[in-house]
Amino acid sequence: MLKFIIRRLILLLPVLLIVTVLISSLLYFSPGDPVQVMLGIRANPEAVAAIRAELGLDKPAHVRYFIWLSNVAQGNLGRSLQRNEKVVDLIAETIVPTLEITFFAVFISLLLALPIGVVSAVKVNSWVDHLLSFFSLFWVSMPGFWVAIMAMLLLSMHWGIFPISGRGGPIWSVEGLRYLLLPGLILGIRQVAIISRLIRAGMLEILNADYVRTARSKGLAESVVVYKHALRNAMIPTVTIFGVQLPEFLSLAVIIETVFAWPGTGQMLVDAVLKRDYTLVQGIVLIYTLVVIVMNLVVDMLYAYIDPRIKHE
Amino acid sequence: MSREQAKTPGGESFMETVFRRLIRDRAALTGTVIILALIVLAVFAPWVTRHDPIKQDFNRLLKAPSWEHPLGTDQYGRDMLTRIVYGCRYALIIGLAVSAIHLVIGVVLGLLAGYYGGWVETVIMRLTDVMLSIPSVVLAVVLAGFLGGGVQNVIIAVGAIGWRAYTRLVRAEVLSTKEETFVEAARAIGCSDMRIMFRHVLPYTLGPVIAYTSLGVATAILWAAALSFLGLGAQPPTPEWGAMLADGREYMADAWWIATFPGLAIMVTVLGFNFFGDALRDTLDPRAERRLRG
Repeated sequence: MLKFIIRRLILLLPVLLIVTVLISSLLYFSPGDPVQVMLGIRANPEAVAAIRAELGLDKPAHVRYFIWLSNVAQGNLGRSLQRNEKVVDLIAETIVPTLEITFFAVFISLLLALPIGVVSAVKVNSWVDHLLSFFSLFWVSMPGFWVAIMAMLLLSMHWGIFPISGRGGPIWSVEGLRYLLLPGLILGIRQVAIISRLIRAGMLEILNADYVRTARSKGLAESVVVYKHALRNAMIPTVTIFGVQLPEFLSLAVIIETVFAWPGTGQMLVDAVLKRDYTLVQGIVLIYTLVVIVMNLVVDMLYAYIDPRIKHE
Repeated sequence: MSREQAKTPGGESFMETVFRRLIRDRAALTGTVIILALIVLAVFAPWVTRHDPIKQDFNRLLKAPSWEHPLGTDQYGRDMLTRIVYGCRYALIIGLAVSAIHLVIGVVLGLLAGYYGGWVETVIMRLTDVMLSIPSVVLAVVLAGFLGGGVQNVIIAVGAIGWRAYTRLVRAEVLSTKEETFVEAARAIGCSDMRIMFRHVLPYTLGPVIAYTSLGVATAILWAAALSFLGLGAQPPTPEWGAMLADGREYMADAWWIATFPGLAIMVTVLGFNFFGDALRDTLDPRAERRLRG
């Protein structure tokens, strides 16, 4: 297992390197000067030049990249261009709320998608199946931010069931949970539609497998066939699906955070992009990529745990 | 022989099969009607409504839905229905342009990777993996933001993120197609690689890809609306649905209709393309159907 993890980690380094090159060159080619944004259009050219030199922006792109990279290797992501704070500190402050909402949503969607997927596969082509697939098609066609706004309008502003926006505190406190509930539910339920369809497809394949036919022909009760034989094996495609969908959760969280004024990294990213805060954007993208890669690694380890065949390969 | 020329056992041509299924399937028919309606509204917008989508009218600020303004007016007194009708243009243009970008990048990379294999495949698929490890919204937000907003830049930003799925799809199709006898035959008579790829292999893989494109248009519209909503896409006063929604958010307490109707418009449009794409996929990609229907 340890060898497996180490090998995967070594494979990850080039991926991370390419991502940093991609992002740096993107920032280099993008129009607009962060120092101009900082000082305003009427700033005098000498002040602009001075600050550019101070921030190292006057050096050629590849020199800047290598300076940045060697700093990153030492855990230093630089200073935010607009907020005069360390990028590391800014991300550290916001990453917890982002992970809170993401994992809460993953939990909700697992809780709902698994039974829905299994039921529609077991009752394939019945009215339950058709109803569920009809609803999921509707649901994926709605823009997430619109659902969020509508929910906020009805549930928070009109009926006052949930707080309107913001974060109440850490996830384990009552206030924290109260504020987390609506954005977390919306993010989670949104993915249920997609994930339950995929689980259904995986489950269908398994229900047609030879060992399920054998189990049936042995005269086992249908519930034993479904829960003991089929469902256990359906865990493998389910883990795959979650592995693929995890970055999507993080992605959609960016939008949901913005709608609900959730103080997470996603909302900070949008703000940093609008203000051309290059160093902050670079840092956030790097951290997001890292989170995705770590999540994928965890999923791979889960695989090896669920399906012993993989460990032997 | 391409799939288009193939006759099914019943003697009907491929296009006839597609057409028959689109008519028979109720969801597919709904999708087709929605898409046609969108095209008509987009093309004939100035004749459909007599109001101006951009001109402000301070005598009619934030009016609730009425006979005069069935969907109300916004904070500048513009008729919401008119703006939504004009918004069809942006939705269609963005959806189609983005899908075209995805198709070109995805098909070329997928073909190259699947056909040549070896290091070409390794490089292309690694690149795809790298792109997949950056969360898509994060990439789109950064791209759109630094390109500096506007409809054109939204198209580029969303175009840059969605091709990965096409590359994988095309590659998988090519891998199974290149073992076919007709490819071997083409090679035996001395066709060039380019000719085999684009004339023999590509037509054979197009079915699933075309079906996927309709679903891709739906996704592209959702993405672009999200970027505009975040303030990184179409800028006011462009009557783009996502941007209109962002406007509406600020007036939510007083004027629920500004945020509600553009969202509904997006939903109906996306639903139309999803219905259409689902039916198309069932017809053009029988394997997917078997996979999904058991």
